[in-house]
Amino acid sequence: MKLIFHPDRKSIRNANGSAQSRDPLFYVPILRRYLAVAALAFLLVTAAFAASTDARFKDLGHRMMCTCGCGQVLLECNHVGCQSSDKMRNQLQAALDKGDNDDLILQGFVQEYGPTVIAAPTAVGFNKVAWIMPFVALAAGIVFLTWVVRAWKNRPEPALADGITISRGPEFDEFRAQARKDTDL
Amino acid sequence: MAQIGSFALLLALVLSTYSFGAGLLSLFRRDASAARLGETARRAGIATFVIVVLASFVLVSAAFADDFSIAYIYHHSNRDLPAAYKFAVLWSGQEGSLLFWSLLLAGYGFVLRLRYKTDQRLFAYASVIIAAVQVFFLAILNFAAHPFAIERGALQPDGTGLNPLLQYPEMVIHPPMLYLGYVGFTIPFAFALGALIMHYPGEKWIHITRRWTMVTWCFLTVGIFLGAHWAYAVLGWGGYWGWDPVENASLMPWLTGTAFLHSVIMQEKRGMLKVWNMVLVFATFLLSMLGTFLTRSGVISSVHAFAQSSIGTWFIVFIALTTAVCAFFLIKNLGNLKSEHKLESLASRESSFLFNNLLLLVVCFTVLWGTFFPILSEWVQGHKVTVGPPFFNRVAVPVALLLMLLTAVGPLLAWRKTSLESLKRNFLFPTIGAVAVGLMMIVFGVKPWEDPSYFYAIMAAVLSALVIFTVISEFVRGGRVIAGKSGQGLFSAMLQLTRRNTRRYGGYIVHFGVALVIIGILGQPFNKEVEKEMSFGDKINIGPYTLVCQSFTQDDNPNYANEWAIINVYRHGGIGGSNSENNGLGKLITTMYPERRFYKASGQPQTLPRIYPSFREDLFLVTDVYLVYEGKNETTGRPIIKAHLNPLVPWIWIGLIIMVFGTIVALVPNYLPVSAAVPVRAREPVHAGAGD
Repeated sequence: MKLIFHPDRKSIRNANGSAQSRDPLFYVPILRRYLAVAALAFLLVTAAFAASTDARFKDLGHRMMCTCGCGQVLLECNHVGCQSSDKMRNQLQAALDKGDNDDLILQGFVQEYGPTVIAAPTAVGFNKVAWIMPFVALAAGIVFLTWVVRAWKNRPEPALADGITISRGPEFDEFRAQARKDTDL
Repeated sequence: MAQIGSFALLLALVLSTYSFGAGLLSLFRRDASAARLGETARRAGIATFVIVVLASFVLVSAAFADDFSIAYIYHHSNRDLPAAYKFAVLWSGQEGSLLFWSLLLAGYGFVLRLRYKTDQRLFAYASVIIAAVQVFFLAILNFAAHPFAIERGALQPDGTGLNPLLQYPEMVIHPPMLYLGYVGFTIPFAFALGALIMHYPGEKWIHITRRWTMVTWCFLTVGIFLGAHWAYAVLGWGGYWGWDPVENASLMPWLTGTAFLHSVIMQEKRGMLKVWNMVLVFATFLLSMLGTFLTRSGVISSVHAFAQSSIGTWFIVFIALTTAVCAFFLIKNLGNLKSEHKLESLASRESSFLFNNLLLLVVCFTVLWGTFFPILSEWVQGHKVTVGPPFFNRVAVPVALLLMLLTAVGPLLAWRKTSLESLKRNFLFPTIGAVAVGLMMIVFGVKPWEDPSYFYAIMAAVLSALVIFTVISEFVRGGRVIAGKSGQGLFSAMLQLTRRNTRRYGGYIVHFGVALVIIGILGQPFNKEVEKEMSFGDKINIGPYTLVCQSFTQDDNPNYANEWAIINVYRHGGIGGSNSENNGLGKLITTMYPERRFYKASGQPQTLPRIYPSFREDLFLVTDVYLVYEGKNETTGRPIIKAHLNPLVPWIWIGLIIMVFGTIVALVPNYLPVSAAVPVRAREPVHAGAGD
């Protein structure tokens, strides 16, 4: 937006240099300029807010389940004639318009529809176990595997007949590579 | 008709009980009559198949004959149901699908009992175990979920019809594929348990069941993907996987089955992981049973699960009993299952298999944990919680990405030990290619720091590229060696390479297919959707497409009445056309007809989306234009159209086809070039025993 400033509206000074009282019309373009900037800022903030509201709607809508029994995430329920999802989406939009934060909105839905409305266990109390256990299983698996690998590595070689030795040196690399190529699965 | 069916079921139960009892007795008797008794048990098993086929035939015939005196037919069919769906009635409800389970098991048992001469004793054990499973299913069919039960009250003129969601061509093949997978795992289970009970030495049970397991795994894979495609093409929410408990139930045995297919190679090649393979086979079978239990019992709410029924208890008892038997024999035989070799290095094929198994099992555990956590939560906290897609996506996806990394790395590692130089040589080209793919994505605007889902998308793309380049480099390297020796072209050399070791290179093709599936999935964060009420001439702009509503039309047939929206799809810019065409709409690329049906017998409405994959316009970055006619706004009376743009989804289905192709290749026996032997006269006489 281009702001125009009129030079003929500048302040008028008298002979000794002191400023005379200004014509009220002098302030109109300045005011108009400020208003334009304010309007632009308002538009930008509103657009940003709308964008973030859209993103929050999408995010929160994917963190809740539809309660009609379809087993779908709220924003993915397209159950023909579903009464629940339309109502819940409107409620979500209203709460966002009201300026409620995410926690408050989710809490409101839990109060109205029960804890099953949240699509994943919250990280509170016993529900934490749901999130922790898979990683505990992974960690336990890694520890167990490490133990197995170490046990296997430390296992003694089977005894060989007298006079036979196994060479692991590089002189047999070529044969080993050929054998692998021929027998690999 | 109902009497014939009921009698057939009862007779099948008697025969399978005899097959189990007499077979078991013959295995523990040492006298001369044991063989004859065993033979009668085998024949009773074959007869069971014939009788179960008869029972199934009767049920399907009743559907075709519109015999609504049978409650099952009344509740799952109607007079105007198309013939294909009348055939599919067999697996459309609880009782029918249990009969179908029994039929498939009897079929597998029939084939096994005909091939018993391969190893009579092991086959006899496996036959007894299969008979035991058969007795369980036939007992349920006879006493808890009878498919030939008579409908109470007056005879109805027409049935209530098949669930509209199930009236889709894929429904005719999706359940059979899934069930062939579920049921098929009974065979390796039976052989593994049989080998364990009889202290069978060696890996013969694995050689016998290897192809069974691969075929079964392939069926289960196809079944799962057909289910995903059905969800995508019928449910109309624009997705293909919702982490529904029943979907999870099919995924769990697939994960353990996949782990088994990998770890069994270690037992064959190196005599290692003997206990582990037993555990995996048992787990796969038990998870198949658990899947059937979840679908049938209604213990966990799911869009697939049938109403709460009494058969849940039967399954719990069976699963508990089977677990106890397996655990008993496993512990008893631990001494016979010791590993024959040691692990020499972490940088080896063996350790990659170990970690591959670990990650597959962790994903399986996560899925199992998430599926059952609502029940656990109710026990502990007194109220249920939902464990839906956000949980699984956040927990299972990172582990699955690690698994992709191993899929890429594993094939390049040698057995026993891999040298650093060989690692560098093998990984250079795939790593450069994969990193280039990641950088290209960032350059083209996918900024991982903006959204975590973009980060996962880039990681998935990089790892998929790594898998693809690894597979290509393996084929090219092997092909070059053969081409250098034989002088043939690279392509025919690669073909020969594959024929020489079908299992290895078939496996690589499967890996290639998996990478394509992952590429199809990684498009999810870039999905777009717009919903709008549309009248004639109204437009929806979505991505590079403009959808213009041309008209609406209606049709009617005896089974359903329907409405279609007729929507022209224009594409602006790109290969498809320019903005100057069609008043700035772009080039007309197709006309789509999203549909909404109203099924008369059941009185239920159903949307039927239409999907246009943009191969002609985008090729590699193919996008599905996915339209749903959601119905009419009750206030304004205007039709509501929901449009989705789902990038890369078609690669999922292409990936499946390649996975199936790879499995087929792996099933083909190796081609061994014939070399002529040239007799050479010995210069000196060779004494017997000189070679000892």
